[in-house]
Amino acid sequence: MKPYELTLEEASKKLSQKKLSSLELTTSVLQRIKETQPKLNSFVLVTEEEALRTAKIVDEKRAKGQKLSSLAGIPIGLKDIFLTQGIQTTCCSKILSNFIPPYDGTVVRKLKENDFVLVGKLNQDEFAMGSSNENSFYGPVKNPWDVERTPGGSSGGSAAAVASDQCLGAFGTDTGGSIRQPASLSGVVGMKPTYGRVSRYGIIAFASSLDQVGPFGKSVTDVALLLHAVSGHDPQDSTSANLPVPDYTQFLKKDVKGLCIGVPKEYFMEGMQPSVEKATREAIAHIKKMGAKIIDLSLPHTEYAVPTYYLIATAEASSNLARYDGVKYGYRAKAQTLQEMYRKTRGEGFGREVKRRIILGTFVLSSGYYDAYYKKASQVRTLIKKDFEEAFKKCDLIVTPTSPTTAFKLGEKVNDPLQMYLSDIFTISTNLAALPGLVLPCGFDEKNLPIGLQILGPHFKEEALFHLAYAYEQSTDWHTRKPKL
Amino acid sequence: MHITKQWVENLAKLSLLELSSEEVERYTQELNSLMGYFEKLNKLNTTHIDPTFSVEPSMTVFREDEVKASFKKEELVGLFPAQEDGAIKVPKIIEAS
Repeated sequence: MKPYELTLEEASKKLSQKKLSSLELTTSVLQRIKETQPKLNSFVLVTEEEALRTAKIVDEKRAKGQKLSSLAGIPIGLKDIFLTQGIQTTCCSKILSNFIPPYDGTVVRKLKENDFVLVGKLNQDEFAMGSSNENSFYGPVKNPWDVERTPGGSSGGSAAAVASDQCLGAFGTDTGGSIRQPASLSGVVGMKPTYGRVSRYGIIAFASSLDQVGPFGKSVTDVALLLHAVSGHDPQDSTSANLPVPDYTQFLKKDVKGLCIGVPKEYFMEGMQPSVEKATREAIAHIKKMGAKIIDLSLPHTEYAVPTYYLIATAEASSNLARYDGVKYGYRAKAQTLQEMYRKTRGEGFGREVKRRIILGTFVLSSGYYDAYYKKASQVRTLIKKDFEEAFKKCDLIVTPTSPTTAFKLGEKVNDPLQMYLSDIFTISTNLAALPGLVLPCGFDEKNLPIGLQILGPHFKEEALFHLAYAYEQSTDWHTRKPKL
Repeated sequence: MHITKQWVENLAKLSLLELSSEEVERYTQELNSLMGYFEKLNKLNTTHIDPTFSVEPSMTVFREDEVKASFKKEELVGLFPAQEDGAIKVPKIIEAS
């Protein structure tokens, strides 16, 4: 087994037993990136020099006998939405294509305190707007299971990189499913924690009431370790929760007797791919056999989630993206007057999907339409949130499919925004209700494309999601399958 | 609801986006198809429902007003697309008469 093939947990153990050095591990991972990057386009920047330098420093600390974190010396990738001091951060947009942040965001600072090794910045949809990674200024990411298909989006680079052993873990962001949908389509574990669990300071904003950071990993344990490292209150994000962060690894148990799992009927809809429904139902039957109680549920406002989400998210995006004006940083178009400079900078600097969402968001917030669209959507958001509150009075966790299909072909949905938006239909409600959601592999379709199972839980009950996910993972072998590249 | 090309042009003006005529054409079509789908929300009576704008407990966070170190000027000047003597430079705003 090559070092890059290890899980984070396995590598961490070998590092602490001094059977492997971080330099060896990092070199192996960088070699793997070199071999596979031309096929996948998952990275927009490989930070080779910085990675090797950090790896050596961590090895020296270990040699001196310093007590180190389980992430110390582990090669990790970051979606290009995380501000990294002195390292180009573009959000995969032309408008930030020359941007080098003067500071680290809180997640990056915490990862540095854990002595992680940054191997590079990962490709994504521009400003995290997209479900297929085709909206990146740097071109689409290819799915490691079939390079003619999308890895999902918007954190497609993060999912593809973990699936193809280009890093031992990665971080992304999830505003409407941007961690969970690509985790499902690429066959890895991904988690969007509760809104407020992880600080958003130093994350480029898309829709501030929905955005949340989360990890990708090769196993449930890896994701638990990664989430633990970055969670917690941050005075620099007033929406981050001032709650203790449990040691999630303490909850990784195989016994699920006594757990009550709800299955919402609205998540099995007409038109979904039969193999996705089949794999999800089989996973639920498996969980039942393991000893959990399964109950039927209804989340009656599910069908309104997509319009609600797109009205709220575009409204928030149109105001968040007003800051890109070519004045202080980023791309600036040539122009004679200030007004012309603003219009040209934004017209040339933003891509097609981003401009569409700014126009839509400006519309829903405009005078005379605010009540009919933005306020209406915010009221429906309350109904969606209440559906879940009612549901969690009856069960501990909810299990659903993640996306109605497996990975679709690149180009298949580019010209039909509505079809593209519907691929997030099972993940969007979670963000509207601010709940935690975890996705892990639960099968493959007839084309050998991965299928992900989604587990949802009440606010700040991430440990309960890890418990069920770990128990399921340990009694199946889906997560051990790897794409052939 | 029907969104016209003129409407999209006005939204582009409000959001300071220069769009080509093809873009205006395309966004008009796409917005009409999306808004048609979004009309679905009107099926729900929400008269007595409070809106959710934010999900965290609604409270104002207070902190001491402490003086803290911020960025050094030279760390930021390098980011400016155009600068003169360490200040941001932009095209002329007021024309000489």
